[in-house]
Amino acid sequence: MLTILFDGIAYGMLLFVLAAGLAVTLGLMNFVNLAHGAFAMAGGYATVVLMNRFGVPFLACLPLAFLFSAALGLLFERTLYVRMYERSHLDQVLFSIGLVFMAIAATDYLMGSSQQNIHLPAYLQGRITIGGVGIGIYRLFLVVVCGLMALGLQWILAKTRFGSQLRAAVDDRRVARGLGIPVVKVFAITFAFGSGLAGLGGALGAEIVGLDPTFPLKFMLYFLIVVTVGGTSSLTGPFLAALLLGVADVMGKYLVPQLGAFIIYAMMLAVLMIRPQGLFARGR
Amino acid sequence: MLQSNPAPQQDAKPVLGPAAFLKAKAAWRWPEFLFWISAFALILLLPNRHLLLNEIAILGLFALSLDLILGYAGIVSLGHAAFFGVGAYAAGLLTKYGVTEPVSGLVLSGVAAGFAGFLASFMILRGTDLTRLMVTLGVALIFHEIANRLDWLTGGADGLLGVAPGPILGRFDFDFAGTTAYVYSLTVTFLLFLAARRIVHSPFGLSVKALKDNRLRAATIGIAPNRRLIAIYTLGAVYAGMAGALLTQTTQFVSLEVLDFARSADALLVLVIGGSGYLYGGLIGAIAFKLMKDTLSAMTPAYWIFWMGFILVILVLIGRDRRMAGLARPFAPLLRLLGARRP
Repeated sequence: MLTILFDGIAYGMLLFVLAAGLAVTLGLMNFVNLAHGAFAMAGGYATVVLMNRFGVPFLACLPLAFLFSAALGLLFERTLYVRMYERSHLDQVLFSIGLVFMAIAATDYLMGSSQQNIHLPAYLQGRITIGGVGIGIYRLFLVVVCGLMALGLQWILAKTRFGSQLRAAVDDRRVARGLGIPVVKVFAITFAFGSGLAGLGGALGAEIVGLDPTFPLKFMLYFLIVVTVGGTSSLTGPFLAALLLGVADVMGKYLVPQLGAFIIYAMMLAVLMIRPQGLFARGR
Repeated sequence: MLQSNPAPQQDAKPVLGPAAFLKAKAAWRWPEFLFWISAFALILLLPNRHLLLNEIAILGLFALSLDLILGYAGIVSLGHAAFFGVGAYAAGLLTKYGVTEPVSGLVLSGVAAGFAGFLASFMILRGTDLTRLMVTLGVALIFHEIANRLDWLTGGADGLLGVAPGPILGRFDFDFAGTTAYVYSLTVTFLLFLAARRIVHSPFGLSVKALKDNRLRAATIGIAPNRRLIAIYTLGAVYAGMAGALLTQTTQFVSLEVLDFARSADALLVLVIGGSGYLYGGLIGAIAFKLMKDTLSAMTPAYWIFWMGFILVILVLIGRDRRMAGLARPFAPLLRLLGARRP
C-alpha cells in the first residue's frame, strides 16, 4: 500500500517536472501551448539516441536532454511562438495542435513508431526496503531529483532577480518594459527553460511512462490538468496538483483497474466545475 | 446656377425596422443557390466519386455543427467529436437492435447526442476559455473511454460490427457505389443547413452572436446568457450527432475512431480553412480539406498528419485577418455574398 503511494508520489513528481514549463507559459504568460509535450518527447528521444547509439551514460544524458530541448524551445520561441503571444486563445490552440501533429509525424519518420526503451544503469535498478516499505531505487532517484528541481524553481521564481523580473513582466508587460526589464528576453529564456525542464522530464520518464511518437498527445491532458487544476498563480499549486494526480492515477490503476482513466477525468471535471480557477488558486 | 439640387433625403439609406433588418440579412444570395445546385448536380456529374462526396457532406455537416457553437456562440471546443461519436454509436446500436430504418435512426441518434450535449453544456458555462478547452476535451476523453470499456455493447477497440441499415424510408437501398449514401447525406446536410440558416438569422441567433462579442454587455441589455448557451450547445451536439449517425449508416461500421481527438481537430482545421461564423465555412472547408487529404495521403500515406499540422500552423501564423485580406481578396466579394462578415 505504502509502496503504491510512493510510486504515486514519484509519478506525480515526474509530472510536475514535465509540466512545470507549461505552468509558466500557460499559467504565468497566459499562452496555451498544447505542444509542450513535444519538447518533452524531444528530450526523451535525445536520451534514447545518446544512450543507444553513442553509449553516453544515463546521468550524463539528463543535462544533455535538458539542453537539447531548451535549444529547441528557444529556436521555436524566437521564430514562431513570439508571433502568437498577442493572439486569441483559439489561435494559440490551433497553432500548437498543428505543431503537435508535425512533431508526431516527424518523430515517426525519423525514429519509427515503436516504443523506445532506455536501459537504466545497474545502480538505479532494483528495490530497497526502508521501514518495511519496498521502494524502487529509480523511483527514489526520481523523487530526489524532481523534488530538488521543484525547490530550485520555487527559489528562482521567488527569490532571484530574474524571478521578480519574470513576475513583473507577466503582471503587466507594458509597465515592466517601461521599467527597463527586457521583457522579450525574459520570456524567451523562460520558455527555453520550461522546454528544457520538459525535455528533462521526458528523459527521466521514458522508463516509467514509455516513449513513442504519440507521447505529446497522450500526455497533453495530464499536463493541462496539472496546470489548470493547480491554478495558474504560482508553482506550488501545480506542484500539489501533480502530486495529487500522480497518486490518484497510480492508485486507481492498481486498486480499481477496470475503471481505467475515469478517475482522473472525473476528478478533473469535478474540480473545474466547482473551482474553475483551479484548486489551489485564490479566486479572481 | 439654376440647377436644382437633388433632395438629400433620397440619398440617405432608408432606416430599416428590426423585422426588415432581419429579413434583409436572411435574404438568399445567388452564390448560395449556385453552391447547392452544384452540390446536387454532382450526383449526376461525378457518379464514380460518390463515396468521397459522401464523406465530404458528412464532414461538412460536422464542421457546421462546430461552427454553430464556435463561430456563432464563441465557445471553444477541443472535444466536439464526443457528440459525433455518441450519434455514431447510437445509430449503430439502434440499427443493430431493431430500428433499421435510417431516417428514424438518424433522428433518434440526434436526440441522443443532443441529450449528451445538454448535460455537458452545464459544464461550459463557467470559467475561461482555458477551462472550456479542458472540459470539452475531458468530456470527449470520457466518452472515448466509456466506448472502449463497454466492449460487450460497443465492440470496444474492434469496432461495432454487423450494422446493416435497411432501405431509407423503406424504399431506397444503400448501394456499393455510394450513390444512395451521397444523396441521403447531402439531403440531410442541406435540410439541417436550412434549419441552421433560419436559426442564426432569427432574433435568437442574433442574441447568441451578441453573447459572443461581449457577454457582459449582452447580459446588461437583457439577454440571458446561460439559457442561450445551453440551447446553442445542445443544438450543435444534435447536429454533430446526426453527422455521426450519417457516417455509421453509410459506412455500416462504427469504430472508436469516431471519438478520437483527431476528429475534433479535423473539424477545427476545416473551420480554419473555410472560416467560421457564416455557415458555409464548414462546407467549403470540408471540400478543401478532403481534397487536400486525398492528394496528400496519396503522396505520403503515413505522414499525412504532418501536412495537416503544417497547414494549421501556416494558416494560423498568417492570421485570420490577413488571410481574408490577402489570400482571399479575389474571393472576398463572393464570400461576402455568402454572408461572411466583412473581411
